[in-house]
Amino acid sequence: MISVQNVHKSFGDLEVLKGVSLDVKKGEVVSVIGGSGSGKSTLLYCINAIEPINRGKILVDDVDVHAKETNKDKLRQKLGMVFQQWNSFPHMTVLENAALAPRIVKKMSKEEAIEIAKKELEHVGLGDKFDVYPTKMSGGQQQRLAIARALAMKPDYMLLDEVTSALDPELVGEVLDTLRLLAEEGMTMICVTHEMGFARDVSDRVAYFHEGVIAEIGEARQVITDPQNPLTQKFLSKVR
Amino acid sequence: MDYEFHWNVVFQNMPQLLNGAFVTLHVSVLAMLLGVVIAILLAIAKMNNTKFFSQVATVWVEIARNTPALFQIYMAYFGLGAFGIHLSPYVAVLSALVFINAGYLTETFRGGFQSIPSTQYSASKSLGMTSIQTYRYIILPQMLRRIYHPMTNQFVWSILMSSLGILVGMSELSGTTQRLQSLSFRTLEFFIVAAVMYFVITKLVLFGSSLLARRLFKGEI
Repeated sequence: MISVQNVHKSFGDLEVLKGVSLDVKKGEVVSVIGGSGSGKSTLLYCINAIEPINRGKILVDDVDVHAKETNKDKLRQKLGMVFQQWNSFPHMTVLENAALAPRIVKKMSKEEAIEIAKKELEHVGLGDKFDVYPTKMSGGQQQRLAIARALAMKPDYMLLDEVTSALDPELVGEVLDTLRLLAEEGMTMICVTHEMGFARDVSDRVAYFHEGVIAEIGEARQVITDPQNPLTQKFLSKVR
Repeated sequence: MDYEFHWNVVFQNMPQLLNGAFVTLHVSVLAMLLGVVIAILLAIAKMNNTKFFSQVATVWVEIARNTPALFQIYMAYFGLGAFGIHLSPYVAVLSALVFINAGYLTETFRGGFQSIPSTQYSASKSLGMTSIQTYRYIILPQMLRRIYHPMTNQFVWSILMSSLGILVGMSELSGTTQRLQSLSFRTLEFFIVAAVMYFVITKLVLFGSSLLARRLFKGEI
């Protein structure tokens, strides 16, 4: 379980998270929606300990993420992350991209790492791209590579930061389909997204972020189709 | 044109010219190796938050890049000589080339380092890689691709600039050519042959460098 407890986070004078609490249970898919600058991406960076927090606590399977004694490199193996800019490693083939971390972080043998990488690449529909360099692929393919690369580490949770926002519209579908597949397989996910249809159909719950706090959270269909908070209503009427 | 070419004397002295060419290569390779090591340190110093280190690096880079190579060589040979430090022509030219190489390469390295987007670090981190693994597998290989060609250019530049050794009586290719032509008065012949030799050396370096690049860098960047 991921448990975010009253987290505050500032960049200099700018307070981005102003007391956020959120529990995500194993197997649950939670989508986070909200305007830009509302702090939703920052929350993911804090859960993954890429950004430190100022106050509060984040527990992943009862381990305090930001405690000094926590081995953050080890902890991140549990948390797969996919970014808005897909961040493939341009100097490696698709297969090498996916096999690298299992080999050097999990210390698997080369054969084992390659086997897992191939399996995950086939999983996301890149079974015919093993020897291609990522820069030769479309954004959608590179984003699916990023998903496979994270999955190859066998994470317990996936953190997805606006993974379709930088894609051309016609490429959004293939990436969302991949995420849908993961959700069906029972992967626990926190998705920061602007895809309201995806949030409604795939997630169990939706949280609406407004100015650094969760203004509304509830069952996905209810929050998207029948929001209770006027702020959520206003936001949804603008994005639809 | 009344000039009559006499090539024989050049060919008789070929062993000496080849020896000069060897010294040219020798001093340039050494200047490059030392320059790279110092440039790495200077680049780190320049990006360091400690003001003293970054200022030393900045002064080095600014002088190296904004004064003529000729002056650096004169400074090393005659300048230090005035203070009782007598360097041999070889060491004087080597020090000047190292000084300049380090200055230029510092900026090359710093630029290469800063051209790697910060998202590559977050991506590596998110996969559980340690900092050392991130540098070894992700950052440095990409950086090397970006600095490889500027480094090759700097090497070629060193080879050509070492010809300034002629001014302090160094026996590299130009110095040797100068000495031989003054003994035989076949000025044009000697300098034509020397020029061809420089051309061949730099072309071979560029060819070798692109072969190596093809082996090292398979992916596109």
